[in-house]
Amino acid sequence: MSATTEPLSGGAMPAGTPGASIPAVVDDPLARSRPSSLWRDTLSNILRQRSAVIGLLILSVLVLTAVFAPVIATHDPNQSMLQAHEQGAVKRSPPCIHALGCAADKPEHIFGLDGNFRDVYSRVVYGARVSLGVGFASVFLAIIVGTLIGAIAGYVGGWTDNILMRLMDVILAFPSLLLAIAIVATLGRNLFNALLAIGIVAIPVYARIMRSSVLSLRESDFVTASRALGESGVGILLRRVLPNSLTPIVVQGTLGIGGAVLEIAALTFVGVAGSLDVPEWGSMISLESQQLFNAPHVILVPGLAITLTVLGFNLLGDGLRDALDPRLNR
Amino acid sequence: MTRFILRRLLLTIPVLFGLVFLVFFLSRVVTHDPCRAILGEKATDAVCADYIHRVGLDQPIPVQFGLYLGQLAQGDLGTSLKFSRPVTELLIERLPTTVELTIWALLFAIVVGVPLGIISAIRRNSPVDVGAMVIANLGVSMPVFVLGLFLQFIFALLLKNTFLSLPPSGRLSAGVEVRPLVEVWGMTGTTGIVRGVLDFVSGIYTFSAAITGQWGAWADAARHLILPAVALGTIPLAIIARITRSSLLEVLGQDYVRTARAKGLRERAVVIRHATRNALLPVVTVIGLQLGLLFAGAVLTESTFNLAGVGRTLYEAIIGRDYVVIQGFILVVAVAYVVVNLIVDVSYGYLDPRIRLR
Repeated sequence: MSATTEPLSGGAMPAGTPGASIPAVVDDPLARSRPSSLWRDTLSNILRQRSAVIGLLILSVLVLTAVFAPVIATHDPNQSMLQAHEQGAVKRSPPCIHALGCAADKPEHIFGLDGNFRDVYSRVVYGARVSLGVGFASVFLAIIVGTLIGAIAGYVGGWTDNILMRLMDVILAFPSLLLAIAIVATLGRNLFNALLAIGIVAIPVYARIMRSSVLSLRESDFVTASRALGESGVGILLRRVLPNSLTPIVVQGTLGIGGAVLEIAALTFVGVAGSLDVPEWGSMISLESQQLFNAPHVILVPGLAITLTVLGFNLLGDGLRDALDPRLNR
Repeated sequence: MTRFILRRLLLTIPVLFGLVFLVFFLSRVVTHDPCRAILGEKATDAVCADYIHRVGLDQPIPVQFGLYLGQLAQGDLGTSLKFSRPVTELLIERLPTTVELTIWALLFAIVVGVPLGIISAIRRNSPVDVGAMVIANLGVSMPVFVLGLFLQFIFALLLKNTFLSLPPSGRLSAGVEVRPLVEVWGMTGTTGIVRGVLDFVSGIYTFSAAITGQWGAWADAARHLILPAVALGTIPLAIIARITRSSLLEVLGQDYVRTARAKGLRERAVVIRHATRNALLPVVTVIGLQLGLLFAGAVLTESTFNLAGVGRTLYEAIIGRDYVVIQGFILVVAVAYVVVNLIVDVSYGYLDPRIRLR
């Protein structure tokens, strides 16, 4: 096990010694360490999980890549090197890095060119924006709608609960990828609709989590107490139940983004979403999938990018689950 | 037990009905302009009106739904708009590919995943454990099609001229065929359900070739199956390994395991006979859940490895707006899913006698 430095906790400043005559105490390191708070405990728990730290590292790199894509990329992702072609660039030419011994008279392309003379490295860098953006957005959508449905089902109960949850069962009974394909085919084949489809398919998961925590919290004493104090149903849901059911939703959401990245890549791979111009990892693979034996780099590089992203979210999600599970409290 | 199964079957009826309902309406929405999707963009209005009338799409939706339910009750799944063939015939032709692929993928996942999880748990925090869990994490993170393409790259290109070379796509090599059961057994005259079942089984090449002794064809079919089955089975493998590991670790910490050790049982007996048996319950649940996932993966595996299975057919039907095929295939898939879940629930009773099924 790796030991991490833990912030000093519980070292509250001893009471007493009033008066303005002793300002020096303020600089005492003991005095600066505040009593342990929920957030700091949580953070130190998370940082103690090896997988969470590795996941966070991978994701930080990816988020930075996405944010600073224009700086990191060496070319415009859609700029075709046709002009360079006349100077000797070859379609789907393999990676060429001058520092690693590639002939200096060849144009430098870290991951080579794709079938349209575009720089694969720059496309992969920009692809981080698409994948992360779509992943976050679709899970956000699923969490908002799912928790709402779950909260209503759990809190109202009775027939409402039955109908809502059976509807969720029906969605779950579909193979999710096919349902997503069907939704995209219905709404129109583009990336935004793929985002919607992936979000919709994921709704039941969050609805179930939310419903079960509402059910278990509804009858707990502190909820009864606030009901006795006259708090409205909505108030109880928002201020009492929701904060207490956030943990499983955050954990599932983190894993869910990884899943969403996989699904968006799958949808663009089979060709129902995505286009020639959008630098998206799945469509990059799809466009060149017949070229595996001629130019493996155009497939292997975006493939590794997807894998790394999903790995980051999975590791972080697993770490969060271990860190936030109150049953494993250390 | 019988009562439990009956009750569960009754409970699935509303879900199945909801599913039929949803699929029906969803496929009506998907098939926005089925006539021009099938006959082509240049079909004239008169031709289209005639076509719409012929396939019954001019009737009110509730009437269509009623007619559809009536057909279903007679076991008729309709006729594909695109192929002009009965959907049941298409199913008999294409379902075996997917069934075969899924079974081999699941077998691969279980046969490798469970022992991997057990070894990881016994040698906790050893290099073996860490390595296995790194592989498991990578396995769940890699998309099926990326893994499939990687495998093709390694085994069909890099190792092309070695004994490890494997074919990158298809089900059989050119010129090789598995003779169907009706032919081998001289039953070409049969029709109806018997014929359907026989043709279905014939489509599962690794099974039909084995029972009829066509070993050359069997080996060829098996060689073609290895890469797709590994690609499809890796995600379930990783999940199964992780669940087995954590479940076994939990069980190994229990009192009865200590008792078994205290009374001097060999470690092997403790782990295999006492602990693993109880640790397998969550594993069975997960294996059941994997089937849904496997199916989603089958769509991608089939398009990566160029196999004409259910996933590919459904995908093509959705894109080609062949609503009859969409309805029929999804229904069959959903029914299979429900049945598998039932089998999983029933198997709990055998694995854990404390669970009383009511």
